[in-house]
Amino acid sequence: MADILGANVDEEGFLVDLSDWTKEIAVEMAKHDDIELSDEHWDVINFLRGYFEEYQIAPAVRVLTKAIGKQFGKEKGNSKYLYSLFPYGPGKQGCRFAGLPKPTGCI
Amino acid sequence: MATKKFMYLNRKAPYGTVYALESLEVVLIAAAFEQDVSLAFIDDGVYQIIAGQNTDGIGMKNFSKTYNALGDYDINKLYVSEQSLSERGLSEADIMPIVYEDEDDDWAEKSSIKIVSNAELTKIMAEQDVCLSF
Repeated sequence: MADILGANVDEEGFLVDLSDWTKEIAVEMAKHDDIELSDEHWDVINFLRGYFEEYQIAPAVRVLTKAIGKQFGKEKGNSKYLYSLFPYGPGKQGCRFAGLPKPTGCI
Repeated sequence: MATKKFMYLNRKAPYGTVYALESLEVVLIAAAFEQDVSLAFIDDGVYQIIAGQNTDGIGMKNFSKTYNALGDYDINKLYVSEQSLSERGLSEADIMPIVYEDEDDDWAEKSSIKIVSNAELTKIMAEQDVCLSF
């Protein structure tokens, strides 16, 4: 099994044990995808982690988009903005960096 | 795409079988299709939304918090059988609060829970295009 900074990840790069997550792991995962994490990335990552903590699921992209717009301003509540941060999909790539499982229903 | 009325019937206790969790996952996945979705909790299914669930002793994931996400997915009609509650010595006070924000009413928080008699539930079920039983 592959690992990132000693933490096991599955074949798609998601953490196997969610409690292994650290900020360093997120930075390392992003580096693999040629992304340098900005404050805007961290806003989304922290939001995802908070959502998971509260509801025990990763939100669908539609739900994430709406919530980000509400929390961080309308200009950010659209998929164009979120895809500019996470080109492989805010749900899939964002959740992976945030140490969450793949969103329910995401293929 | 024409909107259809979908109702998910939840009849089993939350843990011990996989039905409750599977139903919830199907509901969340199907929410992407933006249909008119409602949930019904009947028989032991009422235990799925009981407040204060604790799964520490059985080594299973407590997924009860996830019902609170349903509002984000525009699912805000959760019908609970009054008869099933009273048969189990339960009442509305034993159910966890599940709310949604009403977009048409300045995002006011409203309860998604509706306690109904079995006669009312029968009527609501007859209005559905699709009923899926779990």
